[in-house]
Amino acid sequence: MGIRRNWLTHLILIVACAVVAFPILFALVKSTQIRSAVLSPSLIPGDQFLTNVRNVFLNANLLVFMRNSFIVAIAVTVGKTTLSLMAGMALVYFRFPFKRGVFGLILLTLMMPVEVLIVPLFDVISLQPPHTWAEFAAWIARPDKILFEPARYGFGWANTYLAMIVPFLASATGTFLFRQHFMAIPRSLADAARIDGATPWQFLQRVLVPMSWNTIGALAVIEFVYIWNQYLWPKIIIRREELQVVQVGLNLIIGTGEGVQWGYVMAGVILSLVPPLVVFMLLQEQFMRGFALSESK
Amino acid sequence: MKDNAVFKSRVLPWLLLLPSFLILLTFLYYPAIQAWVLSLHRSNLFLGTRRYVGLDNFRLMFTGALADKYIQVVLQTFLYGFLVIAIGISLSMVIAALASQKIAGARVYRLLLIWPFALSPAVAGTIFLFMFNPDIGSVNQILNELFGVKPRWLDTPTLAFGLVVLASVWKNLGYNIVFYLAALQNIPYELAEAAAIDGAGPIQRFLRITFPMLSPMTFFLVFTNLTFAFFESFGLIDILTKGGPVGFPPMDAAGVSTTMIYQVTLDGFGGSGNTGLAAALGNVILFFVIVMTLLQFRYGGRRVQYGDN
Repeated sequence: MGIRRNWLTHLILIVACAVVAFPILFALVKSTQIRSAVLSPSLIPGDQFLTNVRNVFLNANLLVFMRNSFIVAIAVTVGKTTLSLMAGMALVYFRFPFKRGVFGLILLTLMMPVEVLIVPLFDVISLQPPHTWAEFAAWIARPDKILFEPARYGFGWANTYLAMIVPFLASATGTFLFRQHFMAIPRSLADAARIDGATPWQFLQRVLVPMSWNTIGALAVIEFVYIWNQYLWPKIIIRREELQVVQVGLNLIIGTGEGVQWGYVMAGVILSLVPPLVVFMLLQEQFMRGFALSESK
Repeated sequence: MKDNAVFKSRVLPWLLLLPSFLILLTFLYYPAIQAWVLSLHRSNLFLGTRRYVGLDNFRLMFTGALADKYIQVVLQTFLYGFLVIAIGISLSMVIAALASQKIAGARVYRLLLIWPFALSPAVAGTIFLFMFNPDIGSVNQILNELFGVKPRWLDTPTLAFGLVVLASVWKNLGYNIVFYLAALQNIPYELAEAAAIDGAGPIQRFLRITFPMLSPMTFFLVFTNLTFAFFESFGLIDILTKGGPVGFPPMDAAGVSTTMIYQVTLDGFGGSGNTGLAAALGNVILFFVIVMTLLQFRYGGRRVQYGDN
């Protein structure tokens, strides 16, 4: 390998690292400056970071947005991982009729991104449920109307955490990942457990979960980042600022008027990046290994 | 299929599947059926009226009065997707290949390249909105200083479209590079070494070995980047350009950065307020998604076999 080409490789890589990092470093520097410097092209770090953070936390509601994002992201990550683990276990360790059909029905949802369905999903979530049992009975008695006429009733969950959590708790990807992982675990382990008289619950607790930390970690990273970064659905279904999540909250902080406090906004940007980055760094090893496993087995 | 079914219970598997099932049926399958039902109705969000119109919404979108707008939106969504994929994926492939070579500091480069993996579309939109603000943005202040120009990034159709593409490519770089670096680790180094001994130059080695060996991962990334361009880009576009500005003829029936999903939300939750049109366009997107997923299953299957040794 010639010295000259090596030099060129380094140059390209340094430029690439700079391009990848620049906008975030720009935001970081701007979040430390005083207002007059923020609006200039100056890239000299200032000493206003804590002031900007305090202002965006308290005056611009960022603390509330971040709290809401945490509640939603943690609930979905934990719930989705648990439900996928349960479904994967059922599909691998039990024999029951229509197993292939059931698996197919779950996989088919890969072709139904929530975003395409936001208009009908909005109705299902936000319409009010039936008021009386008589109404409910009349509604449930006509399944043809339920399916083939525009929805009349829903869950009445507009402006609640439930609207941002419950629809996302089941996952084709997660079920698929756990199924693949379980199928790669030697059958002899399950046999041994059964011969020793272990119940399915004990098998789950003592064998499956301890052997699945890489898959659990990989799925947790994907789900946490996915939910934390979600924008469209919360923007539509949540219309009360005190329940809004951080991604939409950033836009609320920018506002519509002229006097945007860009120093605050950039502090908000930097703070909103921290949780997914921490999750990624903490679970990076499981993430890489979980995927290596799912690809090779 | 290997059979690991060691437990005998009849009820337990259904109990384990029940929660996932209820959620998928209620929040995906039922809305998917409702999307069809709604697309056959004309609804007015503000008057609260709704009436059955058959396939009128589809006709309106593709041959009727609104055809110009919807065809433009579909075309520019695909153009946007194509640019994001072509630029983003070729850039990240080259960068990842360079960072995987045995050179000093390769580990540091790799670390510096992957940390923006979890960047959100909204954050990318926010930073670019500030950087490219025509009046107070740093980019224009520098351009003004150097060349005496202040381009109207967000109101000029070509510039705004280009800016959305640029922000999207940047947003996806970290993500693409992570996956390429992982795939490159699986390519045996001996392969490149043997080729080098046979006299293959670096560019030849990249074209003959690295590129084909990466093709399963490229296929996967094309798919995920297309998903980004179709759906997740909404946050970036909503913050940066709000779907605008309206283009030059013949692209003047809609904002140049209005993607299909952006038009769905305009129709469904604002603007025209016609949920029937929104649902119909949703079904059109669903059609594209199904075609893409089938392609992914048909040709992407190789990816699983490739690592299967």
